[in-house]
Amino acid sequence: MIIGVASGKGGTGKTTVAVSLALASAECGSGRPLLLDCDVEEPNAGLFLDLSFTGAEQTGISIPVIDADKCTACGKCASVCAWNALAVAAGEVMNFPELCHGCGSCSLVCPRDAISQGTHVTGTIETGRTDNIDFARGTLNVGESMPVPVISSLLASCLTGHREGITVIDCSPGTSCPMVEAVSACDYVILVTEPTPFGLHDLRAASNVVVGQLGLPAGVLINKSGPEDGTVEDFCREQELPIIGRIPLDRRIAESLSEGIPLVEAMPGYGDLFRDLLEISSRSVKK
Amino acid sequence: MKQLAVLSGKGGTGKTSVSASLIHMASREMELVMADADVDAANLDLLLNGKILEEHAYTGGFRAEIDPALCSGCGRCHEVCRFGAVRCWDSGACSIDGIRCEGCNACVHQCPETAISSRRRQAGTWFRSSTQYGDLFHAEMLAGEENSGKLVSLIRKSAQESGVSNGSGLLLLDGPPGIGCPVIASCNGADLVLVVTEPGISAIHDLKRVLGTAAHFNVPSAVCVNRFDINPSRAVEIEDFCNDSGIPFLGRIPYDDTVPESISRGMPFTEYRPGSPASIALENIWKELSKII
Repeated sequence: MIIGVASGKGGTGKTTVAVSLALASAECGSGRPLLLDCDVEEPNAGLFLDLSFTGAEQTGISIPVIDADKCTACGKCASVCAWNALAVAAGEVMNFPELCHGCGSCSLVCPRDAISQGTHVTGTIETGRTDNIDFARGTLNVGESMPVPVISSLLASCLTGHREGITVIDCSPGTSCPMVEAVSACDYVILVTEPTPFGLHDLRAASNVVVGQLGLPAGVLINKSGPEDGTVEDFCREQELPIIGRIPLDRRIAESLSEGIPLVEAMPGYGDLFRDLLEISSRSVKK
Repeated sequence: MKQLAVLSGKGGTGKTSVSASLIHMASREMELVMADADVDAANLDLLLNGKILEEHAYTGGFRAEIDPALCSGCGRCHEVCRFGAVRCWDSGACSIDGIRCEGCNACVHQCPETAISSRRRQAGTWFRSSTQYGDLFHAEMLAGEENSGKLVSLIRKSAQESGVSNGSGLLLLDGPPGIGCPVIASCNGADLVLVVTEPGISAIHDLKRVLGTAAHFNVPSAVCVNRFDINPSRAVEIEDFCNDSGIPFLGRIPYDDTVPESISRGMPFTEYRPGSPASIALENIWKELSKII
């Protein structure tokens, strides 16, 4: 079972939940869980774990490599490129790899077969382990604009074939392509929110994507919960979204997290909450 | 007109509440124009309470569409698509998954039956709203749409044109978290990036990445720390890091209950409680910021 932890708003506590969920799952004795950090722009889950890394490889997108001897500068490649990553000037094809999305259309249309595929490295995929969990993360290189190819290559390298046990995915914030890419791989999604006008506004956007568009089973976890929870509760009732847990607003939690101590380690009493979340997830998927 | 982009790397550090309060303070001194570049989670308007003056459709990238009457089911589209967006069914027909389609048109050019067309579709809506501090440009994406960098560039360009025409002294852009496409679009053309960070290991890790992104595009940055007293020694670490790297460190904002209260009431915290510890700290940061931008 693959459980995604997502949110529209950033900083609601996705990583806090994902890390503690993986640690709680390891304690349940149902095999080693896998934690995947798919927030490749800001991958932070690893900062909370005592990891030994077992592998690292570069990833990227295919970009055109033009054989100047074969190229006649006919411009066919530039005419099909939807991203203006190729242009013909002064009888020569100019190549802008930072604009390329790696679709390969240029090499398919080249009448001289002058375009082969090279790689533009945009990030790294690393794998590692702690005493009781397996871990992998993608990291987008600074200055690169496209997180999705890094996320898809992380998912492809870790999720191919059937994997027993629990996989937890820490997703990107937002509601656009990086979030959709990671969430689409999940069987169940935990939407983490906070009881503020911002949290509610962004929860609405996230549930539109996850439940409305992708049709995934999901539940809402209210972080920094307190007397203001009412508006989130009303929204969840109206949308028939179950509220599956709460973590109260507590300065001590913020203090431990700021030092990289996972919630279930700083306050083991929260173990029950995460065990409940695992059970709710597995029940909701089976349904 | 100067352009200030407020970024954070990590989400939830307080970009939007700091932006709204900077807007409030700046508006006492000059004309200004604002842009909410966090189009995935656009919250600035919740604090500025704008009245929508203009509404425009935003058309994103292309999406392929297969005409079932012309499709022979040869599967060439499936073969060339690198984004897993084409499904060929047992019935022999092929169809496009609109969420996965990147809009590259590779299938359009390869289809032997010319059964595939490609059109731009509406990906969101963008607005010009009038607020008591100046005009705000913001947007709402449709669920699951891509290309938010392009939308950010569009909003910034509209804000820029409007600001220039009404003699604004400042364009303040409230940016998205992360370092990818919409963040790069937010940095491009900015005179200064203000990074709002927090004293925690995640925020510090992300601070360094977003500073690296600004530097990559040759935009100078400055840093302030929000809720510094959650972990004062990490706040010192940030200040030391900035001093060592030659990045202006503009100040610290304390944890202050009037900030979440002001969000619930939908207003900038410097306006809600001008004398609160957070407001006083941000007044000082604004003074420092005015000197360097």
